[in-house]
Amino acid sequence: MSTTTMTHDEAHHHGAPTGWKRWLYSTNHKDIGTLYLLFALVMLFLGGASAMMIRAELFMPGIQLIDPDLYNNLVTNHALLMIFGAVMPAAAGLANWMIPLMIGAPDMALPRMNNLSFWILPAAATMLILSFVVPFFPGGGTQINTGWTIYPPLSVQVGMSMDFLIFAIHLLGVSSVLASINIIVTLLNMRAPGMTLMKMPMFCWTWLVTAFLLILVVPVLAGGVTMLLFDRHFGTSFFDAAGGGDPVLFQHLFWFFGHPEVYILLLPSIGVLSHVIPTFARKPLFGYRSMVGAMLAVATIGMVVWAHHQYTIGMSLGAVTYFMVGTILISIPVGLMVFNFIATMWRGAMTFETPMLFAVGIILMFTFGGLSGVMLAVVPADMQYHDSMFVVAHFHYVLMPGAVFGLFAGVFYWLPKWTGNMYDERLGKLFFWINVIGFNITFFPQHFLGLAGMPRRIIDYNVMFTEFNVLSSIGAMIFGLSHLLFLYIVIQTIRGGKSLKRSGAKSWEGAKGLEWEVDSPPAFHTWETAPQIK
Amino acid sequence: MKATSPVDAGKRRTTLLLAGLAVGMFAFGFALVPLYNLICQATGLQSVAVRSNGGPGAVRTGGTVVDNTREVVVKFDTSVHPNLPWEFAATQQRLQVVPGQMYEVIFKARNRSSSQVVGQAIPSIVPWQATPYFNKLECFCFNRQLLEGGESTDMPLRFVVSPDLPEGINSLTLAYSFLKLDEDAAPNRTNAISSATAVKSATPKGKSDVSTGT
Repeated sequence: MSTTTMTHDEAHHHGAPTGWKRWLYSTNHKDIGTLYLLFALVMLFLGGASAMMIRAELFMPGIQLIDPDLYNNLVTNHALLMIFGAVMPAAAGLANWMIPLMIGAPDMALPRMNNLSFWILPAAATMLILSFVVPFFPGGGTQINTGWTIYPPLSVQVGMSMDFLIFAIHLLGVSSVLASINIIVTLLNMRAPGMTLMKMPMFCWTWLVTAFLLILVVPVLAGGVTMLLFDRHFGTSFFDAAGGGDPVLFQHLFWFFGHPEVYILLLPSIGVLSHVIPTFARKPLFGYRSMVGAMLAVATIGMVVWAHHQYTIGMSLGAVTYFMVGTILISIPVGLMVFNFIATMWRGAMTFETPMLFAVGIILMFTFGGLSGVMLAVVPADMQYHDSMFVVAHFHYVLMPGAVFGLFAGVFYWLPKWTGNMYDERLGKLFFWINVIGFNITFFPQHFLGLAGMPRRIIDYNVMFTEFNVLSSIGAMIFGLSHLLFLYIVIQTIRGGKSLKRSGAKSWEGAKGLEWEVDSPPAFHTWETAPQIK
Repeated sequence: MKATSPVDAGKRRTTLLLAGLAVGMFAFGFALVPLYNLICQATGLQSVAVRSNGGPGAVRTGGTVVDNTREVVVKFDTSVHPNLPWEFAATQQRLQVVPGQMYEVIFKARNRSSSQVVGQAIPSIVPWQATPYFNKLECFCFNRQLLEGGESTDMPLRFVVSPDLPEGINSLTLAYSFLKLDEDAAPNRTNAISSATAVKSATPKGKSDVSTGT
């Protein structure tokens, strides 16, 4: 990066700077939030394109469009692009935009670090895309055919694209740790006078917990992939049984990160729901304190049950029993959250604008995914379901509603605030219905495929699975294409125009909170004098 | 960043604490390498090298622990199904073994017919209670066996009897019966076994195909 002569003061207390410098040098939480969200949108389409290719190949049994290594590379990329590229940055974008507005702070606590943590992302995404592109060139080595879990010994044998991936993971990790530090420092030090922790909006609470989880687990993954790098190039044998290592150790390191990661993806969306549902039910959130407690319980238990992803590695009965009981315990606080949301809606004056439609959809479908999660947590059952399409159906039912639909709800909820324009409600509802129907056609049949024995991550399948796969692929095309409508709605709302209503400071009748007291769109600098909270 | 106001001092302190936490967790990842082995040894959770007292379902191999205080007699019994035109016998009828130590026994097989025949050995252990403690490291029964007409072969069996073998058992019998794999009569079963074998035999080749890219 070039050394800049622009000092902090020049950009301060004026309007937005113009041109590319506004974005590259930005220290403004709103601009960085926008950058995060746009980056996530681009990655959503890249990850979606990989998913479309996977489903196109699985439309029929046999190998038609791509070869097996490329297929496995697409599976790997789909996961990494969606998790690290789309969901985490989108949640960070919401955090950047909304946390300072919600707690009455002028900006994030560490604006320059904020800039750094965003601008590492495009570099990391480039590395990730290079890891996919490199094998197409002579001497580029083999494709990453390991899946996103990159288990050794296979990941030690993959060509140089694995090195690109390892460094991409390092960069992504640095970015999210920096962003998390920034969020925690902001939340702990910059709340408006009078706003105690227990008066903090729920979205801020969910992000406080998420950020702590990130700081606790992402460095462990970074350590794990660093060991992998050493095993590949420097002759160590952390994971090589011939040299005294143990490949299973990598699985522990990976899932020590990987399981809390699930809650990292989920919690910000729970935060969004805690604002959307009270707004459209026109009732305050039921059980604020119990929500906070449940969330802390989920995060704590979620840190110590990682090996339920590894039941089949041959642990002793005592160990699998512990991991099973711990995993099933998580359903208690999660169930509490769901009941709190239902109690919030109970006898409320509900209206069903797009964010609320997504919220209700999440409660139904996420609970369904949670239920299949309890099935998978039970050891003897999981021995059968392990690595089958049932697992694929399960985690898409928790991650799509639990994370992505929550982000959609958040975007529709706050888009009028960000842009000053109301989105087209008719199109929003249309998007919701196409999206949700497409989602269910795609993933519901995969439960049956898994129970009938179709393995995941394999390009070809027995002809007996054809019908459900055809159905799933057709659903996937509907689901995938529906996001073009989302893109259209977002662009239309940003551009504004006569067809759209303007949004006042308070975009929704039932909305409560500091973020609705600033203009829509908010001025470049807001809350320069902190509001007083009673 | 000069810490001028109390808020700035607070920010600075929180930032440093959190950065320390992140670095600490990175170090913790590496600390897990020795910790993992220690925990697995202490609790017998699991490791590839050492598996000990698991529950009833756990595999018991005894690992490297040799129990010199005990001797167990292992007898070998062989039989050939009438549909398989083979001779099949162990080179030893019985063996005194020390639990925890590895032994090798050679089995001989000869195809009496003039055409190619595929056979599969099915093992069983008497008394059955000893089955989880008899750990085969290498066995011709893991794969189907193909013999050309008139061909004979030596097939090794390597095994360890676990030191956890219950006290009452001092003698056990390992019985093999060889069956003919009929490709026409049971296509599904043959396919399943042959594809499993194909995966096994393809592994070294697949390994060389994968360039390490270094």
